[in-house]
Amino acid sequence: MDAQVATHEHAHPGPALYLRVAVILFVMTALEVLAFEVSHRPSMPLHELVQPLLNEILIILSAAKFALVAMFYMHLKQDSKIFSGLFVFPLIIAAVLIVALLLLFSYLRLLHPAA
Amino acid sequence: MAHDTAHALHPPTATGLDTRKLAIWTFIGSECLFFATLISNYLVYKGESLVGPLPHETSQCMLHGQMTTCEPIFEIPLVTFGTAVLLFSSFFVVLALNGAQQGNRKKLIGWLSATVVCGLFFIGMQVYEFYHFYHKGLGYTTNLFGSSFYTLTGFHGTHVTLGVIWLATMLVLAIRGKVPPEKSLNLEIAALYWHFVDVVWIVIFPVVYLMR
Repeated sequence: MDAQVATHEHAHPGPALYLRVAVILFVMTALEVLAFEVSHRPSMPLHELVQPLLNEILIILSAAKFALVAMFYMHLKQDSKIFSGLFVFPLIIAAVLIVALLLLFSYLRLLHPAA
Repeated sequence: MAHDTAHALHPPTATGLDTRKLAIWTFIGSECLFFATLISNYLVYKGESLVGPLPHETSQCMLHGQMTTCEPIFEIPLVTFGTAVLLFSSFFVVLALNGAQQGNRKKLIGWLSATVVCGLFFIGMQVYEFYHFYHKGLGYTTNLFGSSFYTLTGFHGTHVTLGVIWLATMLVLAIRGKVPPEKSLNLEIAALYWHFVDVVWIVIFPVVYLMR
């Protein structure tokens, strides 16, 4: 059985990789805040470019941060695929739920603007 | 190795996986849906408030019984710092787990203490933020923004608090020498919950504080 367990769950990465992930997460957070500041200050360079794309930039950065933590800190990259399934399947339902509710309420507001 | 030794202490299962780890992942999956409903709630009501205070705009709001002009309520630098602290706490807890799996008690206690301190700082930041917002006129029922904001961040803060209590309990056990390598899975399960709290904030931070 021990051998069977060993085939499902592998050794976790070491501190050097954890540090690299932490630095990347920190830089991505700084980029998120930088994008926010640039989009809110017309005097800053790249304002015209960043402002209309702010939400898209933030979604991409936060999705990348989410994936990094799940893969390396939560060890989904090394552990059994069953754990990945238990996490990713509800995540897909969660994403569908958010999009569906946003579309539904947008539609209702189109039908009843004063409501 | 130490990580596999932890599993060897428990009886075999049909999947070959530890049932406790399977249970925490199932719980985390259900929590994804819980936070999805709260995030949906926030997004659906975003920009629908009739009175201030508002997150990014100057607005008219009721303060001390009088209509007055309210400044934007968010303090991005403080929340950014809190976000960085929470991200680093995830880094610290994986180092603590690494120490536990290697049987390095000093490393385990040191990094686990750092994680608990970071968690406490984050809770303190949120308590300060709520107190500050309340005194700027944003109560739970002031407007749609207040209700959805306090519900979402309040539930996340509750999860952080539970995580800090769980990790502090593990720290006390580690100090008493009760987290040997063969029991490191106990810390791994607590760490998984802590990382989940972190990834939820990774979504909440841009959605609530930065997006238009």
